[in-house]
Amino acid sequence: MNKYLEIDHVGITFPTDKGPLTVLDGVNIKVEQGEFVSLIGHSGCGKSTVLNIIAGLLQATQGGVVLEGKEVDEPGPDRAVVFQNHSLMPWLSVYDNVRLAVDQVFKQTKSKQERHEWTLHNLELVHMSHALDRKPDEISGGMKQRVGIARALAMEPKVLLMDEPFGALDSLTRTHMQDSLMEIQASLNNTVIMITHDVDEAVLLSDRIVMMTNGPSAKVGEILSIDLPRPRDRLALAENPTYNHYRAEVVRFLHERHLQKTPDHGKPEKKAQKDEETEAANPAECTLRLVS
Amino acid sequence: MNHTNTLTPNRFDVCMNQLLSAFDPKNWAKQMIVPIIAILVFLMLWSAGARQVHTSLGAFPGPTKVWEQAIALWEEHKVEQKKAAAFYQRLQKRIDKAIAAGKPEAKIERLRQRKYTGNETFIDQIVTSLITVSTGFLLASLIAIPIGIVIGMNNTLYSAFNPIIQLLKPVSPLAWLPLVTMVVSAVYVSSDPLFSKSFLTSAITVTLCCLWPTIINTSVGVAGVNKDLINVSRVLRLGWLTKTLKIVLPSSIPMMFTGLRLSLGIGWMVLIAAEMLAQNPGLGKFVWDEFQNGSSNSLARIMVAVIVIGFIGFLLDRGMLSLQKIISWDKHAILR
Repeated sequence: MNKYLEIDHVGITFPTDKGPLTVLDGVNIKVEQGEFVSLIGHSGCGKSTVLNIIAGLLQATQGGVVLEGKEVDEPGPDRAVVFQNHSLMPWLSVYDNVRLAVDQVFKQTKSKQERHEWTLHNLELVHMSHALDRKPDEISGGMKQRVGIARALAMEPKVLLMDEPFGALDSLTRTHMQDSLMEIQASLNNTVIMITHDVDEAVLLSDRIVMMTNGPSAKVGEILSIDLPRPRDRLALAENPTYNHYRAEVVRFLHERHLQKTPDHGKPEKKAQKDEETEAANPAECTLRLVS
Repeated sequence: MNHTNTLTPNRFDVCMNQLLSAFDPKNWAKQMIVPIIAILVFLMLWSAGARQVHTSLGAFPGPTKVWEQAIALWEEHKVEQKKAAAFYQRLQKRIDKAIAAGKPEAKIERLRQRKYTGNETFIDQIVTSLITVSTGFLLASLIAIPIGIVIGMNNTLYSAFNPIIQLLKPVSPLAWLPLVTMVVSAVYVSSDPLFSKSFLTSAITVTLCCLWPTIINTSVGVAGVNKDLINVSRVLRLGWLTKTLKIVLPSSIPMMFTGLRLSLGIGWMVLIAAEMLAQNPGLGKFVWDEFQNGSSNSLARIMVAVIVIGFIGFLLDRGMLSLQKIISWDKHAILR
């Protein structure tokens, strides 16, 4: 049987001055309805490209994306995107930013009053009801991202695509946002594909983590299923051996890719050293390194 | 104990003083003092310098002479206004008389149509100039903003228009004027003209010169819309019109206003030259007439016009800025 969302042998080649550059080559991901999938990989490996192809903002040169049996060939509100830098219209209030999307998506199916209520409802979901009339310039980065999520949720997407949604936030705000997202995900059971750099975020939020190999010609390296019961509590999980095992798996994958990549950059030893220093903060990684 | 007791109110006083001083007229005076000194120095230099320059119309006018002429121009305006009022009073009397005498309606109507044909005063000329520049500027904006939007959104059209814009942009209004004059004379033929030809010629010349900054800046603003916002509109599948109205236009408003301000500034400068040559009864004609007149007061009167032109130009720019502050969403933009 077909899956809900299939990313089927997707490849993309961009023409450049130095000849064609293959960014993705045969990427295969199958996603179930209601599943939360994270894409993780090193910078420049083409994670965002995968997301943009699913969104329809980019066209794959090989293969394609099939959502509920229909091929994706243009952007649409059924694949709402939460952009990294929130992408709110600075001249519209918080309410109007969401309302713009609601009006566009439900102009035929909902009355004016219903659209108003639906806008308020979605802002309530992300706890932004107190700032309806504020402009994006007047609220914090975390709040902007909440509005961005509300706007995406308001489109009632089949798949919610998130491109490093919390990457630009400070770690405390990011923690809050992750908790909010888990809460929303638990109540709405959205299908989510999220790009992240953050290993903890990936393990905490995902049902599966798709780890991508380094570009060019990036493909899916490994897929890790996270069998942790929901709701998940970050404090309880911090001591949980299974959680730490998953974490270590992802870190190991990324680290191996990193080592493979270093010879191109020169000074491999120094670079590896630096990584050890930064990553050694976590005991799980220390043991991992000793073993390997 | 005593020590703290005396200190506390003092500290309070200091705080209060700081607070009050922010609203103190003295502080405003402090901010104004440098500009005022600068103006005084300028007036002194002008006064001293003017005495050294002797022209065929006498010494170059200093500030005092100019001030006298400014007052004289205002008095002339008031006298002319009184004359006009008296004329209309007399006319009304004649009309009433005619009605009482049972004269035919056509004749009464002809009386009603009569207009006072006195001299244009300096104030009238300022008004004419303002109307002319507004007409030219509005016309230019109505043409330039849509063109700017269209070529900003479409690269092919941009490369088609760009060379033409770059070629026509630096053309002097004095080069356009003869062409515009001839075209207006040839095309605008009417037995009962709504506008005078000199008005049209001046306004169109202004239009031709202040199209370009608005076109260029609008197109730059439109082309520079944040790519992520465009992606949002693609995800939402916004129609062309909604996309233009809700995303492209608002985000290019700051650049558009930069263009409009430049255009209005250029328009005002061009207008004076255009009016001189087209003999449109505005400030340009005033300067030209005074120059031709060559009385001992002429230079001082021209100097009054120079100052008024500068001041109106400044007010027009401030006006555009206020408009931008009202319309633009970007309240943080540095507006100066």
